[in-house]
Amino acid sequence: MRWWKFLTVALLLYTYIGGLLITVPDVGNLQHTIRNAFFHIPMWTTQFIVLTISLVYSIKYLRKPKINNDIYAFEFAKTGIVFGSLGLITGMEWANFTWGAAWSNDPKQLGVAIALLIYLAYFVLRNSMTDIDKRARISAVYNIFAYFIYIPMILILPRMVESLHPGGKGVEGNPGFNGNDLNTAMKWVIRPAYIGWALLGIWITTLRLRLHLYAEKNQIAV
Amino acid sequence: MTASILHIAALLRKDILLEIRQQYTFYGILLYVASTIFVLYLAMGQPESTVWNGLFWMIQLFICVNAVAKSFLQESSGRMLYYYSIAGARDYILSKLIFNAGLMILMSLTSLLLFRLLMGDPLQHPWKFTGTVCLGGFSLSLVFTFLSAIAARARQNAAMIAILGFPLIIPQILLLMRISNDAFSDVIQGGFMLMSLVLLGLDLLVIALAIILFPFLWKD
Repeated sequence: MRWWKFLTVALLLYTYIGGLLITVPDVGNLQHTIRNAFFHIPMWTTQFIVLTISLVYSIKYLRKPKINNDIYAFEFAKTGIVFGSLGLITGMEWANFTWGAAWSNDPKQLGVAIALLIYLAYFVLRNSMTDIDKRARISAVYNIFAYFIYIPMILILPRMVESLHPGGKGVEGNPGFNGNDLNTAMKWVIRPAYIGWALLGIWITTLRLRLHLYAEKNQIAV
Repeated sequence: MTASILHIAALLRKDILLEIRQQYTFYGILLYVASTIFVLYLAMGQPESTVWNGLFWMIQLFICVNAVAKSFLQESSGRMLYYYSIAGARDYILSKLIFNAGLMILMSLTSLLLFRLLMGDPLQHPWKFTGTVCLGGFSLSLVFTFLSAIAARARQNAAMIAILGFPLIIPQILLLMRISNDAFSDVIQGGFMLMSLVLLGLDLLVIALAIILFPFLWKD
């Protein structure tokens, strides 16, 4: 196994154990549920990183039409969806206890639902075409287009409207990174958590990639 | 630069002439607008302002999908090759964007008229709302033009444009609804200018993306 896989396991173990053991600040009505921040927020950053890598491979495909670039873009988008769904589920769990209901029309929740719809449409688009090169080219174009519309939406809109999330209208700072909850012992756990979860996302994708590339070479359906 | 503008003008003229001579698309969409709003009126009567606003933008969405979908359907592949050789991809997509924007603004204003006629007139600031409607029609048409270019390459069907388009149009619809809410109440709400600027920024982003990405769709 490569060195970074060991690092992933170590970081995630550290996150789990540290996350459950450290003393957390008492913010509002969150009490101990704030520990979910070690899981929920890194799901987001991982999704963001993985979808960005997918974008990079889509751009690479358009510049040099090697089929591998398209396969990479596809698999990273898949992992991005998985982490997005996990982020949504952990968020809804958390919201159920602190905001009263699992779904409360908060702009960030809406944002992730939209992201899931966008990338699921990406998969539907891919399935509608059978010609490999055409499929790769068209889905690369859609991936780039959708990404550049999704990112402004997810970054700008929640800050413009009232939001239950920290960082909505009236609250200063970049939510999740500078919130004053994080100037405490939490930052020793959450920053390695970001790295650990991102590496896990990449690890899962590399496994799927190996499977897909093997299937591609031997012409089996994956 | 001037050659570009001449190309775009020529392509625009071609599209407009086709519309005037064939008259099938234009009247077809006009009829679609009228029928939809009439059915809506029969179903909903004269709703109050928030429902009115919501229904209006939903109808705009469906009108846009239908109006814009035809724009890439008409050309056969032989003719596309001809356009490819005489005008650049950039000029072609710009002419399509401009044509569809114009068409959509016209349709939006028509549906605004029909809405106010049939479904009651809860508007407090009609000119502001009309301006918002023009901006909204413009914004919606940009995204759907590019998406119908994508769907025209995939196995073309109308459902594909809706599937691809609805998630991507949500930020613009949300912004439009908030901006247009301002026209219904007597109280001036803050953020109107900011949101309009954000919407314009988003439109410029879409145009830039369409111009950069269309050449890749164009090759076959």
